[in-house]
Amino acid sequence: MSEIIVKPPPETTSVTPLGEAVPPISHGFRASPLNQRRWKNFKSNGRGYWSFWIFAILFFVSLFAELIANDKPFLVKFDGKLYWPAVISYSETTFGGDFETAADYRDPFLQKLVAEKGGTMYWPLIRYSYSTHNLDLPTPAPSKPTWLLTEEQCKPVVEKKGLKSCRDLEYNWLGTDDQGRDVVARLIYGFRISVLFGLALTLISSIIGIAAGGVQGYFGGWIDLGFQRFIEVWTAIPSLYLLLILSSVLVPGFFVLLGILLLFSWVSLVGLVRAEFLRGRNFEYITAARALGVSSKVIMFRHLLPNAMVATMTFLPFIVSSSVMTLTALDFLGFGLPPGSPSLGELLSQGKSNVQAPWLGFAGFFSVAIMLSLLIFIGEAVRDAFDPRKTFR
Amino acid sequence: MDAINQPLLDVNDLSVGFHHAGGMSLAVDRISFRIERGRCVALVGESGSGKSVSALSVLKLLPYPTAVHPSGSIRFKGRELLGMSEKEIRSIRGNDISIIFQEPMTSLNPLHTIEQQIGEILLLHSGVRGAMARSRTLELLTQVGIPEPETRLASYPHQLSGGQRQRVMIAMALANEPDLLIADEPTTALDVTVQAQILTLLSDIQRRLGMSLLFITHDLGIVRRIADEVCVMNSGKIVEHGPVERVFTSPQHPYTKALLAAEPKPDPAPPQPHAPVVISTDDLKIWFPIKRGLLRRTIGHIKAVDGVKLTVRKGETLGVVGESGSGKTTLGLALLRLISSQGPIVFLGKDIQGLRFQEMRPFRRDMQIVFQDPYGALSPRMSVSDIIAEGLGVHQPSLTESQREDRVIKALRDVGLDPETRFRYPHEFSGGQRQRISIARAVVLEPDFVVLDEPTSALDMLFQAQMVDLLRELQRKHDLTYIFISHDLRVVASLASHLIVMRHGKVVEEGPASELFKNPKSDYTRALFAAAFRLETAASGAVAQ
Repeated sequence: MSEIIVKPPPETTSVTPLGEAVPPISHGFRASPLNQRRWKNFKSNGRGYWSFWIFAILFFVSLFAELIANDKPFLVKFDGKLYWPAVISYSETTFGGDFETAADYRDPFLQKLVAEKGGTMYWPLIRYSYSTHNLDLPTPAPSKPTWLLTEEQCKPVVEKKGLKSCRDLEYNWLGTDDQGRDVVARLIYGFRISVLFGLALTLISSIIGIAAGGVQGYFGGWIDLGFQRFIEVWTAIPSLYLLLILSSVLVPGFFVLLGILLLFSWVSLVGLVRAEFLRGRNFEYITAARALGVSSKVIMFRHLLPNAMVATMTFLPFIVSSSVMTLTALDFLGFGLPPGSPSLGELLSQGKSNVQAPWLGFAGFFSVAIMLSLLIFIGEAVRDAFDPRKTFR
Repeated sequence: MDAINQPLLDVNDLSVGFHHAGGMSLAVDRISFRIERGRCVALVGESGSGKSVSALSVLKLLPYPTAVHPSGSIRFKGRELLGMSEKEIRSIRGNDISIIFQEPMTSLNPLHTIEQQIGEILLLHSGVRGAMARSRTLELLTQVGIPEPETRLASYPHQLSGGQRQRVMIAMALANEPDLLIADEPTTALDVTVQAQILTLLSDIQRRLGMSLLFITHDLGIVRRIADEVCVMNSGKIVEHGPVERVFTSPQHPYTKALLAAEPKPDPAPPQPHAPVVISTDDLKIWFPIKRGLLRRTIGHIKAVDGVKLTVRKGETLGVVGESGSGKTTLGLALLRLISSQGPIVFLGKDIQGLRFQEMRPFRRDMQIVFQDPYGALSPRMSVSDIIAEGLGVHQPSLTESQREDRVIKALRDVGLDPETRFRYPHEFSGGQRQRISIARAVVLEPDFVVLDEPTSALDMLFQAQMVDLLRELQRKHDLTYIFISHDLRVVASLASHLIVMRHGKVVEEGPASELFKNPKSDYTRALFAAAFRLETAASGAVAQ
């Protein structure tokens, strides 16, 4: 090897008394020291850290809601073959029934057919979906949680089904709503749709907000001035009333609601990102990049965006929780998701109109309260994690 | 009788440590020095050498309990300061021992007038108020040489210049006639001409009041000018101490020798009167409009650069000198079309004034810039290799991955850095090394012309000389043309073949550097040179107060 490695200049060897100057090189993938520190800070906020895991697990589990609460078994062994009713729809004739319609696995007739051929049904934990009407309610809907029923109330159903006592019934752990649908099932599905809605709204509105804020902050001048005035006018519109009007005109659905809420939620990040870009565009390394002839687009993405992301990340959990809250409020008022969808707001509004059935109100209240608290705690921990001055012992 | 013979301040075996996540690190390691009455002792060293920490521990101004003293004693007039309670030490602070800091901008409360700020000190320690306090304040302001002290009483800090603010700080420190004044880099943030004035004032007052002075600085010129004794600090230790004359004429310790030899060697590129012109301007103007009123009408202009005419030929270095606010940096940015300006800028025979972004791009490869602040000039989120290769991606997109890497390695070798370090991030490098990375980013494109905007100002003395050598070497090797912007005349003298002196956006004087340094023509240039090279104040009128 004729290659000569140039000796580092003497200053490399000067070690300041306040710690080593150059840490050893690390090979392979490792989070940067900054991110490691942030993760450590995040972990040292115990409440937020645990909230994060609880929320992550709840959300992950709720993604598989069809396998937890469903009126279809997830697996049927029948005639030597395997069927997956939770995922694939089969007609009743598949199992020897008479109709071409989709099989109703809760129907005792079908259950008998399967059992006669020596087949087995593997049911999820809860045998109701969010839209399943429990046709064998011991009391008129809304019905109490099954474990609160007296033997006397159960008697007609128990006799009809040929069972021994209340305890042998299919449980409605938190009772049913006013249409005889299981509350637990509706909570699981409702949680999922709320969180998905919140995340989708946050994601899209941050993309728009960051783009708008970035353009304003980077270019400044008339673009900034015009945009800022527009945003001022836009935020002055009383958004809730407009949302109500719009959602009564348009046919509500997940994506329509997403679009309507997006009209107003994108502004929340603009000011923040704009300020970060305004600050950042005067850094010397930005001027250096301009002197290299790097285009504005690349400068914004490669140099400025990472700076703005720190402030943005801090805000995200709070935006998720406010999105969830807005959706719940619209649902509560009846302008939200279409009728029949599992939604926490609708559960709350049922609780309001059925005061004699406190399990509805309690279930709705606690699930919303816990979900929002978890999100806020996570948000606090994220804020700590990104705070450069925060020190933990 | 003992009290008269013992030194005013006796620091013995003092150590200072700081607790942090991984344990404790020692910032000051068993230092001893003493200050006799009426003497000036200088603590000199580079940033991080522990000189400020040592001085602050005299007044117990460190962030306790994060900071600790594992060993040592500090005796002031025979009394031990280290074990003193907070209440006792408060009666000494500002009364027997005063301190002035580096940054006159932030050391004064912006919401209080000068009279209120000085009056507060008088009230706290001597209980003087009312008319008596006012007359004492006036006396102090006169003492520190503030012109028209009566009208200045009601001024707020922002209405004063940097030098005047530092004078007010000194007045506050003197308010209770302290026995010892600690000056922590009091002139570093000031322009050279003002620095000379403040130094003169300090040594004047010290002699008149018979006060002792502990002077902390990184500038050996100042030490020589003001101090009786000097302690040289390095890595938390005092490596050498003794009378100034002795240390400067026959230094014993290798570090002191290196520090004294660190003066950049004057060996500028020779003027090339027949070489082709690289860049020239004629009547270049950068005026920022001042807008007022509802309709934002332009009522006037701040003339940052006003009618500058310059010509730089291939292989030359044009030094641009002037005090802060003279428009040097603005001029540099305008030459590279990084801010808008008026007037022709001819670069390699083409007028680049008014070209659009896309049209400008081919020229960017040949013109580069290196900034002052090695911490701000590198994106903290990119590896060194990415930082250096960024320009290659723009100008030579056809290069393959390995060709690009070769160029990066070559650039790193050029600036004297180990190419193996290219995967690291900027925060892992020292200030001097970062500045080398900035230079590598500029030279990797093989430009013809580089604007150097105070590239040595943020560096310690030892690295300044190295940086000057490096720049000179690169210039010879690649036949580069420089514009070197600096307020540090010693560094400029060692590099520049031509010189322009700027003041208030205008060129005061220009010419070949060798001639100009020998025979400055204008009063301002003479005052600037006197202040910079000999730390002398000029006849009043030539420079700002």
